[in-house]
Amino acid sequence: MGSVVTVLLCGVGGQGTILAADLLARAALASGFQAKVSEIHGMSQRGGSVTTVVRFGKDGVSSMVCDPGTADAVVSFETTEALRNLPFVSRDGYLLVSDTSIAPLPVLTGKAAMPRDVSGRLRDAGAVVIDADALAKRVGSPKSVNVVLLGALAIRLEFPLDAWERVIRERVPAKTVDANLAAFHEGYRFAQQAVG
Amino acid sequence: MQLLSGNEAVAQGAWEAGAHVGAAYPGTPSTETMEAFAKKDGVYAEWAVNEKVAAEVCLGASAAGARVLTTMKHVGVNVAADPLFTAAYTGVGGGMVVLAADDPGMYSSQNEQDSHWYAKAACIPMLDPSDSAEALAFTRDAFKLSERFDVPFFIRSSVRVSHTKTPVEVGQRTERELRPALDDPRKWVMMPAFAKPRRKAQLQRIADLEQWAEECSCNRVEEGDGSVGVVCAGAVYQHVREALPDASVLKLGCTWPLPARKLRRFAESVDRLYVIEEASTYLRDGVSACGVDVSDTPRPLPTDSELTPGLVRAAFGIDEPAHRDLPADLPARPPALCAGCPHRLVFKELSRMRAIVTGDIGCYTLGALPPLSAMNTCVDMGASVSMAHGMELALAGSDHKPVVAVIGDSTFAHSGLSSLVSTVYNQGCSTVCILDNRTTAMTGRQGNPFNGETLQGRESRELDLEAVLRALGIEDVAVVDPNDMLAVRRSLKEAVANPSVSVVIFRSPCVLIDRVRRAPYYVSASCTGCGVCPTLGCPAIEKVPETGQASIDQDQCIGCGQCAQYCAFKAIEREGE
Repeated sequence: MGSVVTVLLCGVGGQGTILAADLLARAALASGFQAKVSEIHGMSQRGGSVTTVVRFGKDGVSSMVCDPGTADAVVSFETTEALRNLPFVSRDGYLLVSDTSIAPLPVLTGKAAMPRDVSGRLRDAGAVVIDADALAKRVGSPKSVNVVLLGALAIRLEFPLDAWERVIRERVPAKTVDANLAAFHEGYRFAQQAVG
Repeated sequence: MQLLSGNEAVAQGAWEAGAHVGAAYPGTPSTETMEAFAKKDGVYAEWAVNEKVAAEVCLGASAAGARVLTTMKHVGVNVAADPLFTAAYTGVGGGMVVLAADDPGMYSSQNEQDSHWYAKAACIPMLDPSDSAEALAFTRDAFKLSERFDVPFFIRSSVRVSHTKTPVEVGQRTERELRPALDDPRKWVMMPAFAKPRRKAQLQRIADLEQWAEECSCNRVEEGDGSVGVVCAGAVYQHVREALPDASVLKLGCTWPLPARKLRRFAESVDRLYVIEEASTYLRDGVSACGVDVSDTPRPLPTDSELTPGLVRAAFGIDEPAHRDLPADLPARPPALCAGCPHRLVFKELSRMRAIVTGDIGCYTLGALPPLSAMNTCVDMGASVSMAHGMELALAGSDHKPVVAVIGDSTFAHSGLSSLVSTVYNQGCSTVCILDNRTTAMTGRQGNPFNGETLQGRESRELDLEAVLRALGIEDVAVVDPNDMLAVRRSLKEAVANPSVSVVIFRSPCVLIDRVRRAPYYVSASCTGCGVCPTLGCPAIEKVPETGQASIDQDQCIGCGQCAQYCAFKAIEREGE
């Protein structure tokens, strides 16, 4: 990864990409990096495609957006959105995909079809596919899918684990701290096994 | 050090500068600014019914001596333009700062107009931060400058400044004494006899501002190798720094007035000078007018939408890195009305009756998309009501489909009300549907006069919508539950049959307010696959490709029961019914 690291988080409006991006950026700051988080609010949030970009580096960050071929990591909360954001993954980039599929309205109404062989195409693209829903449920925190994904992303970033833990403690509701920490470690363990 | 969005940073800067009064109407990407300001100690903040009113509230508070902040999206500046142009004659008492938040790329807007033109047209100086730290510092400074030059100051942001979080060092608040400026009616009563000398004063002020712009530290040269010189501002500056690290850059922190001498000196220091900006020719025109020869980039820059570092690199002949192609077979994922949205059946029935629908600005604009496809126009806040009247005028005497205006409660308060007064006054015959979902939903559920909620939680009152309509002289006012198919159908039929103005208030709260969930519905084996329920466009209902039958997602369904009313085969059921 270069001097500025670019992580693109994508998914469907309402899945929690913005909170995940916020935690990621704060973990970067807590690890001594400068960081920028670019979000899109408004109409697209009503179940549309959403992307959030986090960029961080030791010597500061200029642009807040991501061009094709420049994301060091793409974290997708949904499989079709992972395919939609494939162009952004850099050579050697990390593509982490939650094994969840959400049909958009044109598919639900029968006017379009879901893409074929999604898992094969994601495999060909070198994706690490994670059943984040199941892992979140396993630690008793089904709403912490986004934090499971952060755990699985963390293995590719240079942040100390205690920086992650501190940020999670500070930013999630007090009652859910333990569940979110467990979710984070569940994702981290998964990625250790998947990518070593 | 804090991680703040540009919007939060503007609010922080205003607070540190001692601003006392804030007023705004919500609009993406500006909304969070006034929300953040309202949470701070020692300030008064309110949602006004529209941007014009907000700007006037702030101008009044300024005249009485307070430092004031008003915030709006780019199209809100159109609404506020009337007071702002003349506020640039009157000047201020306490410092006045106006945030204009642009949306190049139109993530949540009907156009991508560039607010820089307003600065030039109204002669209101404009500061252009490129990140949150600058948003804070520029805002704080703008209050001082506003008082020094006796004129409001614009802070101009874009979605990539307003909605990008970057690290910021925050400071303390400096409390301000009131600085009233009411003694001289010649400053505030803008009738011709007094406005003419204020115009002269404005011209002198412009000259003073031009001099200041030459010297101010926010217009800064970053020296590079001298072969390529770039003039840029705002978020685009960040893209340029990323894309062209060796370029010499004149970063404009003040984009009106432009520093002509500084621009000419910069041009002399570089081999070729380029102007890089988004979705506009404002800067290029302005720099050229300063007598600077502006070069075309080796390849053309996009002239619409947002820029990125990659697009800037491409304009200078640097190709993007290798990457995978976008798969061609992906279904689009447009935004959609939520499961259980109370707007859904109104659009379904309007579609069914093949009405000509003039729409408006809000979540319900999504009624234009398939499968509801029930909207013919959407232009600006309040236009549904006035455009419906215009259509009726053009179609009068011909055999035409019914014309129906559809407008939300908050948008109606914003400017639909004045349109309706005009229709009634002119003996129009419009049918107007007010989709009263008890909130300003699209921008994040803000208060408005019809739900009686205020920004800082102060006591208020709900404006009685039915009483307001009756007071206008409209006799045909119906209040209908939009979740009841037959009631919606009947009320629309009756309303369009009425030869004078009729209003149907469809009242049911936005499902995101209380997030009430009842037992979900399911599709029984009686489903014949007739295909009616998927035409509601509910994200919980799927037409299963293999069987053609419908299926309801039990996690997404909130049990509203809208779809069950459309099933002729009683195949949409739920436990216990």
